[in-house]
Amino acid sequence: MERDDVIEYSLNAQHSEEEGKKLRKKIWQVAGILTLLTTVEVLLGVIASGWVGVKWEVVKYSFIVMTAIKAGYIVFSFMHLGDERKFFKYTIIIPYIAFICYLILICLFEGNALS
Amino acid sequence: MSSEAAKAIDKKTLWGGKISPFSISYGKMMMWFFLISDALTFGGLLTAVGFFRHKYSAIWPSSEDVFHAFPLTGHAHLPLMYVALMTFILIVSSVTMVLAVEAGHRMDKKGVVKWLTYTIIGGAFFLLSQVWEWSHFIHGTDLGAIEVRSTSLNDDGIPYNVLNNGVIAQWTNKSGDRLEYYEQIKGTPEQIGELKHLTHQLHNSSEYSRKELSKINSSFKELMIQLDLNLMMPAVNNEGKHYIVEGAEAQKLITEGNPIFGANLSGNQYGAKQYSQFFFFVTGFHGFHVFSGVIVNIIVLLGASKGVYHERGHYEMVEKTGLYWHFIDLVWVFVFTFFYLV
Repeated sequence: MERDDVIEYSLNAQHSEEEGKKLRKKIWQVAGILTLLTTVEVLLGVIASGWVGVKWEVVKYSFIVMTAIKAGYIVFSFMHLGDERKFFKYTIIIPYIAFICYLILICLFEGNALS
Repeated sequence: MSSEAAKAIDKKTLWGGKISPFSISYGKMMMWFFLISDALTFGGLLTAVGFFRHKYSAIWPSSEDVFHAFPLTGHAHLPLMYVALMTFILIVSSVTMVLAVEAGHRMDKKGVVKWLTYTIIGGAFFLLSQVWEWSHFIHGTDLGAIEVRSTSLNDDGIPYNVLNNGVIAQWTNKSGDRLEYYEQIKGTPEQIGELKHLTHQLHNSSEYSRKELSKINSSFKELMIQLDLNLMMPAVNNEGKHYIVEGAEAQKLITEGNPIFGANLSGNQYGAKQYSQFFFFVTGFHGFHVFSGVIVNIIVLLGASKGVYHERGHYEMVEKTGLYWHFIDLVWVFVFTFFYLV
């Protein structure tokens, strides 16, 4: 028996041929950005180890920034979290970021203290 | 995509029951919650790597010195290039996955099947690369390294945590370059032949009894002393350079030391054993996710090509496995940065 009290959300995401074209263009753009960032990371890693006068810390933080940008593109564009409702977005993102930041802070400080 | 979730709904309807306040289906929401819990596991593991890295910073190997081989290029020095290629393959398979999801949204069965197939091929390539890298890491270099006894070291400049963990010294020549392969050794043909014979036995140490092994060990050490090699200590001096031990002092360290080949859970020829332990655990756990992702993708591919989802009227199953597959890519982006690059 068909139930009429359940709303089907699965059809929400469907789109037409023209919209699909636009979306595919965006997907390839994001793919380009991700590839570019990975290439820059690797080249920087290879080249920067030979640089004199540049602190490794600077290179390190640039890696972390690039990784965060890549993660943002994957989560918000590829996983479509950017298209979900605002509260769903926050339910997923905020508790995770808050907890992980706390964990990183503790572990790195403790690791330094024990060395 | 954004049409329904972007629509304004008045508050009474939104929170009044019957509909999901998130305008999202149960399956997709639960996949997100599962991914959050999984992300916490990976976050915890990578943070633990950071903890040990900071604790044993003096003897933590640089991944550039460990992973610089590329299949079919012999001994070419290509630091992190193969890992970069693996990362690229995984990103591309993520792109083909999102294209499969997009095709599903247009009810394009052929497109879904095509892009899912590419995704599976990418995942399989990544897994096989992982196998190659593991076997390479487990096997180690031709010459291995030597674990020296910390009591025979002067502790000037060598931190306490290093002494506590066992000190791995690398073979170097007179100009301070690391030696890893037979071709880099200068010696008579007989010496090289003997070296190959002994290291071959030591690489397969499980085939020999303890007594035989200690004999092989001591003749290997004698040979290395004859070849007059220097040792590079893991600790760095005030100028930021590694200590090089040479001459009589190096001979003493070699005689008292213990040769070590490759890496496993109880030792690592490149430095801290925690490095290899976490390498196997983190990449292994991720690899297991890739493996199960490939299996799930194959099941969904079979369903899609049979027309199960077409009959259902929507391809949400592809969307759900897509979320899982993107998550695998997301985790690898972090592993790549925090295990290999930083």
